[in-house]
Amino acid sequence: MDQAGASSPGGTAAATAEVSWEQLHALIGANYVRPAGPADAVMGVASQTVAEPADEMQLAAALRWANEADIAVAPRGGGTKLGWGNAPRVLRLILSTKRLNRIVEHAWADLTVVAEAGVTFGKLQSALAQHGQRLAVDPLWPENATIGGILSTNDSGALRLRFGGLRDLVIGVTLALPDGTLAKSGGKVVKNVAGYDLPKLVTGALGTLGVITRAAFRLHPLPPAEGRTLTFRAGSVSDANRLIVELQGSPLAHTGLQARARHDVQPEVDVRFDGTPAGIEAQCTTARKLAAFAVETGESAQVWNARQELWTLADTAAVAKFSVLPSRIAAACETVRRAAEKGGMKWKIVAQGTGLGWVRLEAAQPADIREALVSVRAEFERGAGSLFIANRPAGSGAIEAWGSPGDAYPVMLRVKQQFDPRGTLNPGRFVGGI
Amino acid sequence: MDARTLQEFRAVVGERGLITSAEELHTYECDGLTNFRVMPEAVLLPESAEQVQAIVRVCHRERIPFVARGSGTGLSGGALPVEHGIVISTARMNRILEVDLTNQRVVVEPGVINLDVTGKVSPHGFFYAPDPSSQSVCSIGGNVAENSGGAHCLKYGFTTTHVLGIEVVLPDGAMVHLGGRTLDTPGYDLPGVFVGSEGTLGVTTKVILRIVKRPECIQTLLAAFATTGEAGAAVSGIIAAGMVPAAIEMMDNLSIQAAEAAVHAHYPDCGGLLLVELDGPSAEVASLMERVNEICLSCGATEIRVAQSEAERAVFWKGRKAAFAAVGRISPNYIVQDGVIPRTALPRILEEIERLSAAAGIKVANVFHAGDGNLHPLVLYDRSVPGQEHAAEELAMRILELCVEAGGSITGEHGVGEEKKQMIGKMFSEPDLETMQLVRCAFDPLQLSNPSKVFPRPRLCGEKPGRYEPHPLETAGIAERF
Ligand SMILES: Cc1cc2nc3c(=O)[nH]c(=O)nc-3n(C[C@H](O)[C@H](O)[C@H](O)COP(=O)(O)OP(=O)(O)OC[C@H]3O[C@@H](n4cnc5c(N)ncnc54)[C@H](O)[C@@H]3O)c2cc1C
Repeated sequence: MDQAGASSPGGTAAATAEVSWEQLHALIGANYVRPAGPADAVMGVASQTVAEPADEMQLAAALRWANEADIAVAPRGGGTKLGWGNAPRVLRLILSTKRLNRIVEHAWADLTVVAEAGVTFGKLQSALAQHGQRLAVDPLWPENATIGGILSTNDSGALRLRFGGLRDLVIGVTLALPDGTLAKSGGKVVKNVAGYDLPKLVTGALGTLGVITRAAFRLHPLPPAEGRTLTFRAGSVSDANRLIVELQGSPLAHTGLQARARHDVQPEVDVRFDGTPAGIEAQCTTARKLAAFAVETGESAQVWNARQELWTLADTAAVAKFSVLPSRIAAACETVRRAAEKGGMKWKIVAQGTGLGWVRLEAAQPADIREALVSVRAEFERGAGSLFIANRPAGSGAIEAWGSPGDAYPVMLRVKQQFDPRGTLNPGRFVGGI
Repeated sequence: MDARTLQEFRAVVGERGLITSAEELHTYECDGLTNFRVMPEAVLLPESAEQVQAIVRVCHRERIPFVARGSGTGLSGGALPVEHGIVISTARMNRILEVDLTNQRVVVEPGVINLDVTGKVSPHGFFYAPDPSSQSVCSIGGNVAENSGGAHCLKYGFTTTHVLGIEVVLPDGAMVHLGGRTLDTPGYDLPGVFVGSEGTLGVTTKVILRIVKRPECIQTLLAAFATTGEAGAAVSGIIAAGMVPAAIEMMDNLSIQAAEAAVHAHYPDCGGLLLVELDGPSAEVASLMERVNEICLSCGATEIRVAQSEAERAVFWKGRKAAFAAVGRISPNYIVQDGVIPRTALPRILEEIERLSAAAGIKVANVFHAGDGNLHPLVLYDRSVPGQEHAAEELAMRILELCVEAGGSITGEHGVGEEKKQMIGKMFSEPDLETMQLVRCAFDPLQLSNPSKVFPRPRLCGEKPGRYEPHPLETAGIAERF
């Protein structure tokens, strides 16, 4: 791969050169530039400085300055998912979107919203709820997670099944590029094919191509009434998988479908219905028929917190996101079970009907976790799936956060080099060292 | 083109797969936008991805530009050949390779016709959701390139939502796989940026599509209003009531007349016609349909019909789907325009279009995907009347400017192609366009794949990006960054 440039794709910002931070003060005001503390480290890599620009112009100016001074930058929103991805090769400046916190325009009659990147998901949802609307995603830690961070990590939960992922809901972004360009792509109407779709390109790019400064989304009405959740206990993971496949193959319009499996209890399947009371009732009846081979165990919306609960006391556990074919959810559970039992580990899985899932592994010896993750990943990749390690306990050793990016990796490298030729943004954090 | 290169092409695709005679080449000199024409040097009809790869390798070595072509129904000149270039037609790559009902995925070659995907899976209760009006003829490869939409995209999303993976032959001849069978494959969302790239990033050779389970119940309502303004108010009422219909389509009187003349859909003769389709669980649909009925009545509907059978439903749709072609019945020539506005701007923009149309003495028939604000003004003219064609073109472009001024887009589904590359600068600033072209440089630094489309000026790859300069509109305080 000629374009890879030695060992560090996308180039490397120098870690050592002397910098005159006063220039940064001049750009965004000395009050908003401060020395970084231990809490600002990204995966154990300390930063020197934290800057909080007031708006996207300032942010772009600061980024350009850093780029020209060869200062490696990590964009930061709510800081809830800074542990996702690989550790940065170098880091000197944290560029926070904290002050980019305006909801620019909620065109409720058009079901769209434009918000700055630093707006928290919680703040956005409560503003949208005033008009009976929502952004139909359910990310982790919504009170602190920001729009920019959620987009950059492509975080999605159970709602994805019905409403699609962020890629299907984001309709426009403004990006600050390392050279200081502020570029917009997409727009604020729900239908638009003018130019390349950069909103999708930067969704899930972990801030390695540009800093998202604002985004526009299409919205959905809030469900008219409290929805209803049914939970069924299945005799085995294959029964749980069978139920998922049957519900998916039925004409039911559920808004959530997940399997929960763990080392010590039988798996359960949760399905949620929203809509009119009559519609919900009829669908529950159909779902119960389909689930006749399982045992109905409850009706609680609490089950939808299961994904976030995987992170409880995560210091001692690994948490990874996986993606498999929906028909292979049971196989995925078996793979995890085998790997976990071999290392004497506890395991838990929350898998959605889309084939996306999350696994938690807990071991007495963190070092054992690494081996388990490596073998699970290899098995998933053989079945066209993948495993992304979002959290690893201290002492579990270095392990690539993503697995194989496939044969399009050279294109990804070239994209990175076009957008960030000096490797300023989050160097080394992304797939394959990008 | 020199004989040696032609010979090489012939060796790849065989005698039957190579077209070089002028009279046969004529078929390929334009797409659905017939006022742009360029003769290609040759047309190649490969039968496999490997043949596409072999062709592109030769093109790369000889620096021959190429344009991929599906069914040639595009309406923005996307498949228009380029000077001294070849056309790669996917007409012979039309196999459905795999159907996986359990995981709701289908793998197809790019030349497969959109409707054939639904045809293949409908016996099992599934359908392929994106439904452009041209679905009985357009290809999946073309749909991917244009990110095509259709009436049901309001609820189900556009082509991009339904494409999980794409096999692509890059302009340097490398074959790569973007995305895959499972969601969120590691790395950048390259399928996301490839879909809608209008053939400028490489040639699609396989596509992994998502199919959708047919809903339990589908109901279609047709409502007649005295004016498009009233019909528009009903659309707003439906959305404000928190519903997401599968489709909401609107037609004005002129397009109703055209559709009637062509396919006899028995539409009421009225100023504004709405088609509203709801789908989902039967109980849900029944109660929502009542609401829609009430809303239409309260907005002044003079007649409401709900299709009582699948056959009647098909007739409701027939008129709408035939609208573009039908206009040919009432006007010798016409331009199919495609623009988007925030839905709430509909009444204002329609009035403005009417005003402009009267001032220019050029009739405009309106058909839209009203639910998502996608307008299709059909600008009618007669080429034999001196000056009319020009006036019609001006009017069509002026309508796009209205869309941009209203915060919308110059294209909702037909693409920029050749036709609108000068207009895209009205929507995006120079730095915006330069940034998009960084992607182009990553995929196609030599600009061989459908060059000269989409962007008004190619970016020299490797050239240092320019610094950000505020857009003149911004300096003037008119436009914020969207
Ligand atoms: C009557 C009529 C109604 C229409 N209605 C709609 C509608 O409702 N919604 C809508 O969205 N569009 C509509 N269209 C436009 C058109 O049908 C779509 O844009 C369609 O997707 C084009 O498909 P095609 O196979 O004809 O592609 P073509 O016209 O052959 O090509 C279109 C573009 O795709 C590129 N391309 C084709 N195949 C490949 C490939 N394998 N790899 C890379 N690039 C490729 C071409 O280079 C070109 O840029 C309509 C057109 C007509 C004539």
